[in-house]
Amino acid sequence: MSVLPYVVAAWLFVIGLYGIVTSRHLVHLAVCLTVVQSSTYLVLLSSGYVRHGSAPIYADIPPVTTAVDPVVQALTLTDIVVESTITALVLALAVQAMKRFGSVDPNFLRQLRG
Amino acid sequence: MNDVFQAIAMISMGVVGTAVVLARDPLRQALVLGIYGMTMVLTFFALQAPDVALSAIVITTVGLPPMVLLALRKMRDYRDGSEE
Amino acid sequence: MLFLPSAAGLLFLLIDGLRRLPAFGHYPGPYGMVLNGVAVTERHATNLVSAVNFDYRAFDTLGEEFILFTATTAVVMLLRNMRGESEPPSARESRKEGASDALRAFALAFVVAMIVLGGYVVVHGAITPGGGFQGGVVLATGAFLLFLAGETLAMKRLAPNTMLEIADAAGAAGFALLGLGGLIFAGVFFENFLDLGKPGSLNSAGMIPLVSISIGLEVAAAFLLIWSEFLDQALLVRGEE
Repeated sequence: MSVLPYVVAAWLFVIGLYGIVTSRHLVHLAVCLTVVQSSTYLVLLSSGYVRHGSAPIYADIPPVTTAVDPVVQALTLTDIVVESTITALVLALAVQAMKRFGSVDPNFLRQLRG
Repeated sequence: MNDVFQAIAMISMGVVGTAVVLARDPLRQALVLGIYGMTMVLTFFALQAPDVALSAIVITTVGLPPMVLLALRKMRDYRDGSEE
Repeated sequence: MLFLPSAAGLLFLLIDGLRRLPAFGHYPGPYGMVLNGVAVTERHATNLVSAVNFDYRAFDTLGEEFILFTATTAVVMLLRNMRGESEPPSARESRKEGASDALRAFALAFVVAMIVLGGYVVVHGAITPGGGFQGGVVLATGAFLLFLAGETLAMKRLAPNTMLEIADAAGAAGFALLGLGGLIFAGVFFENFLDLGKPGSLNSAGMIPLVSISIGLEVAAAFLLIWSEFLDQALLVRGEE
């Protein structure tokens, strides 16, 4: 149990990487990139978890309750929103590639020069 | 009890993540991405992170799949337009 | 295939490295515990994640927000160059054939609800879970529902591109200006210089609600801009045929 989050995160990382390497469609590649990024969220949040800790919102609990680490949650929160914008950028590049070259196969695009 | 919930949430995240990669058709992949977002939300709730879960809900249901679908639609329009 | 053995090696290395982190649940670091102890009394904010994002580590959030800004600008530049043709006359835009009446009514009924919910999540950033980032995306969803209802022209009228760009820039600049305000009034960049009210009330935690509002504005405008650019492409090609 104590190593399960890290195993799942490592597995997600590797399977996303496998998807990127063997992809035949640029949009499929962009979504696999999302899977790789989400594995890092899992690592971040798992490293800040405190056993039997509650959420770091003190609106209705006394301020001395043990809570999980809020710093990693802040990092992950901004990361999720920024990641979706980066995915939009990759998708815009894919649309541009389709317009110029008529194909979204990464293997085909690699052979073009100039 | 919370341990069991966490274990189930993380394992489901791993399984659905594999399904996202193995779905080769981008159109189908966009829908599996929505399901993957839901498993992510469950995991974040199990790890006591409501803020992050809120962010994940909104982004993975309204942020990512519409963008993927719009990009696919645009590419299909270009391909159909160039084949005429 | 060459990839599979190296992937297996990478998986083994990752698990071995991550295994040596402090065990899951036994958090050793002092920073989180210290923050949990002092943040409520120091900043009068009850949502510690927002307090960390918008006050303690506001400098990092400034960097992340400008990543968002730059990526949006890049998407707009990429997709706008592809429009060499003139705009099709808007009279040719007919109602989307695919949207049924039930979908249209449902979506239109929810637009106002989403905008109100988004505003609530943004403004209560310092008190309950939420804040600028989440509320901003909810606000953008409210306007995006107009597209799903088939009224794309109404969406363009509610949020024209020029206004979105101005809102995006205003949000990003507002955040930087609040940091400068800290520099001017309290001597440290991003110091919380406004009056800290009672924790739990709406105008507590000094400048955190203001930062939340400016970030919400920026995120909402950024997402709407990106969706508008993708939509423009789809609409324009259909209009040419």
